[in-house]
Amino acid sequence: MTLGFITWLLVFQLLGEVMSRGFELPLPGPVVGMALLFVALVVRGDLPQGLKDTAGGLLKHLSLLFVPAGVGVMMHLHLLQDEWPGITAALVVSTVLTIAVTALVMVGLGKITAKLTKTSGQGPSDG
Amino acid sequence: MGEEFTHIWVYLSTTPLLGLTVTLVAYQAGMWIYVRANMNPLLNPVLIAVLMLVGLLMITGTDYPTYFDGAQFVHFMLGPATVALAVPLYQQFQKVRGSFWMILTAILAGSITAALSAIGVAWAMGVSRETLLSIAPKSVTAPIAMGIAEVMGGVPSLTAVLVILTGIIGAVLGTWILNILNIKDWRARGLAIGTASHGIGTARALQVNEVAGAFASLAMGLNGLATAVLLPLILGLIF
Repeated sequence: MTLGFITWLLVFQLLGEVMSRGFELPLPGPVVGMALLFVALVVRGDLPQGLKDTAGGLLKHLSLLFVPAGVGVMMHLHLLQDEWPGITAALVVSTVLTIAVTALVMVGLGKITAKLTKTSGQGPSDG
Repeated sequence: MGEEFTHIWVYLSTTPLLGLTVTLVAYQAGMWIYVRANMNPLLNPVLIAVLMLVGLLMITGTDYPTYFDGAQFVHFMLGPATVALAVPLYQQFQKVRGSFWMILTAILAGSITAALSAIGVAWAMGVSRETLLSIAPKSVTAPIAMGIAEVMGGVPSLTAVLVILTGIIGAVLGTWILNILNIKDWRARGLAIGTASHGIGTARALQVNEVAGAFASLAMGLNGLATAVLLPLILGLIF
């Protein structure tokens, strides 16, 4: 993990915050920073090894980083207590539906694409 | 001795050192249990750490802001870590460029389904607006989901816990749902798990199949971006 690449991550986060607030986007600053870094990498066309290592080190323990915020739920335990049936139903139903829809759309699109490439692969006779 | 301990406690409870240290210790304990349990998704290390810390704070009568004074040093790294998610996203993107539009369409369909069905069920069950807005980004990886909840007027810390629960639900039920639907394509299976249940689902997918894991990781990143953009629009149409 080098200081230089940590600095780059912070610079992109800062750019994200500035853009998010400057243009009044309904997006979190770090997410805008992530999108900007992604675009920068695509434009650049390769990934510096140092950035890869720094990001890898930071993301290895990503789940540790949201422990402090998660503990904050103790201030909202009444919400969980009062509304757990609705919360549970929403989480379970929505997760099941999301898995089903995403998988079915991907498989469906795969079949359509396969059919299209097959027909276009038949040669110039139809064109 | 008792009085001496009280003095030490009074001193320690006002320095950030204690909050920071207990956070790291609780997380390592959670990881230890999770690894010993063969990475069973039900024993999620973050959930264990959060439960231990909430219990500890309640027993010692420490309020959350005092704890957070120390824990904020860990919390601060969420921002740069979120930016760093662009790196694995770019790496996965490089591998699937050819079928990118197909993948993006599937993830967008999943992203919209996740938001609409969560909001719909929560609303039908009479959940408060505050909770509803905290549930809406529940399929997105926690750092992004908390940011979205904050922007939308939800409760970020409630979102963090709901995100973890969603991850566990997806990791536990995912294989079963995909088998019932007879989905055999590892790419589709990975995308579905990553879109619905972010990093926790991705970890599970990686245990099962490498291709599924790679697609789950891609789906996690793209769904984070997609939900951040789409959710304000969806909520704008509803409310």
